[in-house]
Amino acid sequence: MPHDHGQPAPSPAENMEAFLDGLWKQNPVFVQVLGTCPTLAITNSVSNAVAMGLATLFVLVCSNALVSAVRKLVPKQVRIATYILIIATFVTIVDYLIKAISVAVYKALGPFIALIVVNCIILGRAEAYASKNPVGKSILDGLGMGIGFFIALFSLGSVREILGAGTFLGFPLFGPNYQPWVLFLLPPGGFFTLAIWLMVFAAWKDRKKRREVKTMAEAA
Amino acid sequence: MPKLTAEIQLRTSPHLHTPRSVEMIMRHVVYAMLPLCAFGIYVFGISVVALLAVAVAACLATEHLCCHLAGRASSINDWSAVITGILLALTLPPGFPLWMTAVGGFVSIALGKMLFGGLGMNVFNPALVGRAFLQASFPVAITGYTPALSASRFTEFIPTTLTFPFLQPPSLTAWITAARVDSFAGATALMQQKFDRVTVELLPLFLGYESGSAGETSAILILLCGAYLAARKFLDWRIPVAMLGSAALAGQAFHLLNPAVYPNGAFVLGSGGLMLGAVFMATDMVSSPTTPLGVWIYGALMGLITVIIRFLGGLPEGVMYSILLGNAVAPLIDNITQPAIYGARKKAKVTA
Repeated sequence: MPHDHGQPAPSPAENMEAFLDGLWKQNPVFVQVLGTCPTLAITNSVSNAVAMGLATLFVLVCSNALVSAVRKLVPKQVRIATYILIIATFVTIVDYLIKAISVAVYKALGPFIALIVVNCIILGRAEAYASKNPVGKSILDGLGMGIGFFIALFSLGSVREILGAGTFLGFPLFGPNYQPWVLFLLPPGGFFTLAIWLMVFAAWKDRKKRREVKTMAEAA
Repeated sequence: MPKLTAEIQLRTSPHLHTPRSVEMIMRHVVYAMLPLCAFGIYVFGISVVALLAVAVAACLATEHLCCHLAGRASSINDWSAVITGILLALTLPPGFPLWMTAVGGFVSIALGKMLFGGLGMNVFNPALVGRAFLQASFPVAITGYTPALSASRFTEFIPTTLTFPFLQPPSLTAWITAARVDSFAGATALMQQKFDRVTVELLPLFLGYESGSAGETSAILILLCGAYLAARKFLDWRIPVAMLGSAALAGQAFHLLNPAVYPNGAFVLGSGGLMLGAVFMATDMVSSPTTPLGVWIYGALMGLITVIIRFLGGLPEGVMYSILLGNAVAPLIDNITQPAIYGARKKAKVTA
């Protein structure tokens, strides 16, 4: 495994890239299609999506930092168990924190807080990034990925709550006569909304690629 | 089918050809549905005209748009989108808000057909995909049934028809009272049966002078139209026969077990969308099985599921879900009912 023995300190540009990758180019939900279980289950309202996004962001940043810090001490054979232990520690903290802050949110999120432990984004970043990179970059990566996940949940939650209930964060948007599209609050609505966002991203990437080809062809 | 040109065509055998094309079959299915549209308009008035027009227009526009986005030639000329539009309209309540109808038409074609790759690729009947979407999205509006043969049906729209887009349709109670149709409970025969245990008379049920979706009410007319298509071999008669037969038998069996709760087989046949579904939707060539035995299994399965949903489920009507389920298992039925090839040995144990 390559370690950073004698590597020069990462440049600001590299740090920026570590951060920005998760937001857009490597967005965990829209590009890597990871963590779809909480993405589909917890986005029926904006407030649930925000709570879930923040909880995951916190766990991701902390676990990335700790995994990166202990990466040279952990033998290869037990590394996964170590990651899970580290992640579970932070999930327990989040679990208690949410319960202390708002019992309503805690009940709405239900078992999905505990299930952050097995969120593949977190384990994936621990294994693929934090175990190979210094603490600073790992924290930036965790921030980028976590905010990317947050953006994805927020996008899904907004569409589903606005269409499905006509409200945003509980505030009615369209007056009392608005016809809610109940389907979008139900599980199929989650799949439809995720599919629509994936289509938007795919179309956007497609367009960008075509433009690049065009400019290359013009330059040549 | 490509147009034949005057040039000499080099083709391998067989040299037989048939004048049938997708476009021609689809056109005849549309002809067969026109009497149903006319009857729906006669019974429920001008709201059905608007309903049909909006549904067909939405389907055609969506098909054209999807073809444009996919960068291929528009396929709106093959009449299949027209069929989807008409079928969708016929399964909706007569006063269904037009903006919701347009949404349904869009979902039918975009989600039910074009995302799978267009005509011939869809797993499910597109019109039913649209209707299922509407049922899940707008569960109140889609049960807003109005009485048949109201006096003012040719002079004014049912108030819910012209609901402003994205707003809730108004309540129909006052309008129904004003329309003064005798003994109308604001419910279809199936709803009355399910929730009040009132079984209506059978004759009006089969003739179609009763409340219900725009084109599903007249069982006899649907059968006649279906008979025309079956005689011209545009549909496989085994599917409706199997579906109606199994539904009637299953219904009658329940009736014999407990006559106080369950209606008899004839009621099962005449009520709700069973006829329309069995004749025009279950027989969709794309989404039904192709083997001779498979077709019987497919039809019988759907009839049975319909009765189970109606009698044991929470909804008064189950034809839509039973056909969608039948569509879902159609490829599996095809797979297990492949006929033995003449002269071939017994199948090897390990097959693909």
